[in-house]
Amino acid sequence: MITIKLNGAQILFEVLQSEGVDTIFGYPGGAVIDIYHHLPDYPIRHIRTRHEQAAVHAADGYARTSGKTGVCLVTSGPGATNTVSGIASAFMDSIPLVVLTGQVPTHLVWNDAFQQVDIVGITRPCTKHNYLVDSVSNLGRIIREAFHIARSGRPGPVLVDLPKDVMTGVIDFTMPPPADLKSYRPNYQPHGGQIAKALQLMVKARRPVIFGGGGVILAKASDQVLRLADALSIPVTASLMGLGGFPASHPLWLGMLGMHGTYRANMAVSECDLLIGIGTRFDDRVTGKVDEFAPQAKIIHIDIDPTSIRKNISVSVPIVGDCRLSLELLNKMLAEKDLTGVAEDRESWLAQIEHWRKSAPLPYEQEPNGDIKPQYVIDQLYRITQGQAIVTTDVGQHQMWTAQFYHFDRPNSFVTSGGLGCMGFGLPAAIGAQVAQPGRLVVDISGDGSIQMNIQELATAVENELPIKIIILNNRCLGMVRQWQQIFKNNKCVATIMEGSPDFVRLAEAYGAVGLRAERLDEIEPVIREGLASEKTVIMEFKVAQEECVSPMVAAGDPISKMLMV
Amino acid sequence: MTPEKIKKEKVEKRTISLLVDNEPGVLSRVAGMFAARGFNIDSLCVAETMDPKVSRITVVTNCDAHIQEQINKQLNKLINVIKVVDFTGTEFVEREMALVKVKATEEHRAEILRIVDIFRCKVVDVSPRFYTIEVTGSQGKIAALFDLLKTMGIVEIARTGIAAMARSKKGAQ
Repeated sequence: MITIKLNGAQILFEVLQSEGVDTIFGYPGGAVIDIYHHLPDYPIRHIRTRHEQAAVHAADGYARTSGKTGVCLVTSGPGATNTVSGIASAFMDSIPLVVLTGQVPTHLVWNDAFQQVDIVGITRPCTKHNYLVDSVSNLGRIIREAFHIARSGRPGPVLVDLPKDVMTGVIDFTMPPPADLKSYRPNYQPHGGQIAKALQLMVKARRPVIFGGGGVILAKASDQVLRLADALSIPVTASLMGLGGFPASHPLWLGMLGMHGTYRANMAVSECDLLIGIGTRFDDRVTGKVDEFAPQAKIIHIDIDPTSIRKNISVSVPIVGDCRLSLELLNKMLAEKDLTGVAEDRESWLAQIEHWRKSAPLPYEQEPNGDIKPQYVIDQLYRITQGQAIVTTDVGQHQMWTAQFYHFDRPNSFVTSGGLGCMGFGLPAAIGAQVAQPGRLVVDISGDGSIQMNIQELATAVENELPIKIIILNNRCLGMVRQWQQIFKNNKCVATIMEGSPDFVRLAEAYGAVGLRAERLDEIEPVIREGLASEKTVIMEFKVAQEECVSPMVAAGDPISKMLMV
Repeated sequence: MTPEKIKKEKVEKRTISLLVDNEPGVLSRVAGMFAARGFNIDSLCVAETMDPKVSRITVVTNCDAHIQEQINKQLNKLINVIKVVDFTGTEFVEREMALVKVKATEEHRAEILRIVDIFRCKVVDVSPRFYTIEVTGSQGKIAALFDLLKTMGIVEIARTGIAAMARSKKGAQ
């Protein structure tokens, strides 16, 4: 066997390359100087961000829009601690990432050295798994394992801490074999008997609903969900993370479920007799008061993670497995059944849902001479882009309005920090998405609060010539918190009214990007069209009304059938 | 259609035996999972098995069946956990060792030695004022011993926590 002598840094890149990595988002520092030294020798594109948090969010956006595992490289100490928000967000949303952090030499690791933190200890609760590499002879195997863990089963971020002396250590290198972890064997194949049981319930149900979560998109199961819904005429809803998993333009689409879900979705789930949960964890934003969630329904729950099943709600038919494989088996069994009469049976349920859709109050009204309503901007964006953009968001009211008014037909188009709700996510995630999908239009929808959390990444976008379009819905406040203060705190708005924001148009220009602004209704369309047509990084600022609320709203702890129209 | 509800089940002491990779930090991962989810640990005992790459952790917790199901699943989810055996409702052997320092005043000395003899434990340290007693047994036996020694005056206790093993055919190893 021919071996060559390589140092740890070279071994790292050899294994990354063999894992199919062609892009890394990172930020250099002293502890990783030996790694960066070898980077130009490999066909790996490196995007240097302006903050380590942004490097992780960018790798996250890259992973969500490419289907690959995102990779980032940062230095020790503060570089590593700056990744924690990004890692926690990827952990909550189950995104496959490998985060490589520099570390001081092994003999200094437990010693409070300069730029040394116990990042393995800090990220233990928010990574799927993590490693401190103790010796260069284990490095190759650990990197292999990290990728395997990140992308298999329920995906998630894996952190690998790389001490400086490990990266300069030299050994005879052989490519490590595929990872083989005896203690980690995710179960992909569903239990045939459980699938059959689920099928029985589906065929007999009079008022069924399908509820898809982020897992549908991660498992690439959208086609199977569509087949099932069409075959049995079952209306479909989704969580925030599941948007795009079922085409919003399909007649069976109910809209999003939960705290800011649509009226008809929340009513349908509250009145259904069978709820088919696919690739979801039934989180509190979606269930509302757990004891009153889907009170009349038997629940089927298909998920790859056993801990999600029966964690928050009890189910009649739990199915542990990959949702695409589970639905393929289900659809195959379904195809052998006689389904005459099913469509007629479903008519009254679908008519009820149509009644709810028609009787729901108008979500907002744009007065022809009034302030720009933020919802209206998103409506216009949807119309002008024909719903074809990849849309990233930050966190808050604009995020919910995007979910409500931009109707996604395809998976991997809606990129948002759902579980953690991390402000500052949108712009770097858009950078990652544009790198992953250079031919597609990428739009980041943000607010004046969120955009300032990682505004420095404008430099990254301009430097790398990424023509992302950033929409700032500037209502001069932290909208979502202001809304809660209005509804629950008697309108006492403490610390939520934002003065002192920069002139975003001039700021864009200062960074070398294009800056556009609309303050009147008739300026909206020209600004959007001009922004989208540009080949550069663009900021489009819209001065919008301040006292708008996301509606409907289910108060925390209330059942989802109790919606406030605000 | 009957609504689906999670029933409130009985809270009881439950013993779990885990086989884990013997790697630095693995105990922290297991303990961290309990802490992060608010599950309680009554006692915990850990050591290597015959395979130096594998350790056994024995945890005693106190909860209802729904929480127990979550604990077992969360433990299985940890990459370094090889196997989880929940002894709840099964026949198993449980033993714990405790060191107890009691006040050995003149009027109590003989009585202490009588109790030590009855419980078949040992005095492992002697001084003019204190005896240190070593006892091994089930939690019930240890509790009974403490009850009797309390009247004499227990100064200090150090307990190992339960080690457990299945009886008969069902084995974790």
